[in-house]
Amino acid sequence: MGQKSKVVASFAEAVADIPDGSVIAFGGFAAPGTPYNLIMALLAQGARDLTCIANTTGGAHQPRMPDLGMLVENGQVRKVVCSFTAPGRPTDVLPFTKYYEAGEVEAELVPQGTLAERLRAAGCGIPAFYTPTGVGTEIAEGRETRVINGREYLLEYAMPVDYAFLRAHRADAAGNLQFRLSQRNFNPLMAAAARHVVVEVEEEILPIGSLDPDHIHTPGIFVQRLVRIPPEPEGLWPVRRKERVR
Amino acid sequence: MSGTDKIGWSRQQMADRLAREFQDGWIVNLGVGIPTLCSNTDIGGREITYHAENGVIGYGPVLPEGQEDLHLVNAGGQNVSLNPGAAVVHHADSFGIIRSGRIDVTVMGAYEVACNGDFANWKVAGAKGGGIGGAMDLAACARRVYIILEHNTRSGAPRLVERCALPVTARGVVTLVATNLGLFEPLGEGFRLRELAPGVTLEAARAATGAALLAS
Repeated sequence: MGQKSKVVASFAEAVADIPDGSVIAFGGFAAPGTPYNLIMALLAQGARDLTCIANTTGGAHQPRMPDLGMLVENGQVRKVVCSFTAPGRPTDVLPFTKYYEAGEVEAELVPQGTLAERLRAAGCGIPAFYTPTGVGTEIAEGRETRVINGREYLLEYAMPVDYAFLRAHRADAAGNLQFRLSQRNFNPLMAAAARHVVVEVEEEILPIGSLDPDHIHTPGIFVQRLVRIPPEPEGLWPVRRKERVR
Repeated sequence: MSGTDKIGWSRQQMADRLAREFQDGWIVNLGVGIPTLCSNTDIGGREITYHAENGVIGYGPVLPEGQEDLHLVNAGGQNVSLNPGAAVVHHADSFGIIRSGRIDVTVMGAYEVACNGDFANWKVAGAKGGGIGGAMDLAACARRVYIILEHNTRSGAPRLVERCALPVTARGVVTLVATNLGLFEPLGEGFRLRELAPGVTLEAARAATGAALLAS
């Protein structure tokens, strides 16, 4: 009856077999829930021709933490799918921009609620949906819309992914996950949208059966690999955001 | 039409003026930048619930260094506090709240607002990418869209215009605009002036505006 433990010993081991050409979703909104340690491991692992999905490409703030932009700079990324492909403030500078403007990486810009819902749809067997978001704007140009009950909606497709890299606060060895506060963000949606889910975990990974079944944000059936984050400096932990890069 | 950024309301005063429109019991979403200042405004005993797009419902002030919880940020990535009764949801639920019309007002910054209620805040001229974030969802689905922006660009061009030149975020949604020169309502054929900031004349506001200005 016992379930097998999903704990692996290192970040390197957790990402060792990620093939070139993979579609990978990265959890996180600002610092909370961002899998810094798995991004570092992927930089070292070197898989190429990746499609990377996250809220932003990162790099607008100091101190800079591991982000999609670093994978782009490392020549590993074919395409990003984000709700920001330029900085939120035009005066900020994103490391990503130079590569995007040079044509070295493709980008798909998606409204944040649509990004979340496309992941959610993939995770619950819905191929597409209509949303009011973006109607009448540049992102809807040339795309299918439909009037329902007198209002125009834009057709958006589900976004299944090969891998999700997540950061959780607490887990048991079966992969049941709890996120803490705004760490949750995209993480449960990406877990359900992915065929393989790798999670870096902040607290000691608990024996199976330790977590209250009523208080699990992502059930272990979605999760394949867990790695405990070591203390600093070996492990990477969020820091308070400093002044913006100018 | 230059130098209008030095007259009239400060950024905090612009935010104060819009915050005083908030009604008791409203659920409010504040965009990054000047709109964040709305949460500093004393609006008496009115109870406001602040919603952040990353799923935080009922957040409070930004906490000073050393008191912050690094697991908790608002839409701008600032480490905020939680008010009693707060709740946290994932992104799909957070945007479900937005799209289903639960947000009473969203306050956002913008590059341009047109008198037909269009506004533009996600892409600058000549840029290859854009920064949409949650703006298109909020603009399309919040019950009210308020905009805060400086009345003119640094070079003196009007930001209140007849038609947006930049790619729009949503069409026909803006109902109230605060600038350093006053409070304005897009009315289709022009902006209705609801209130002038202290020291600003109707003539000065009219000269700084790129669309008809209808005195209240």
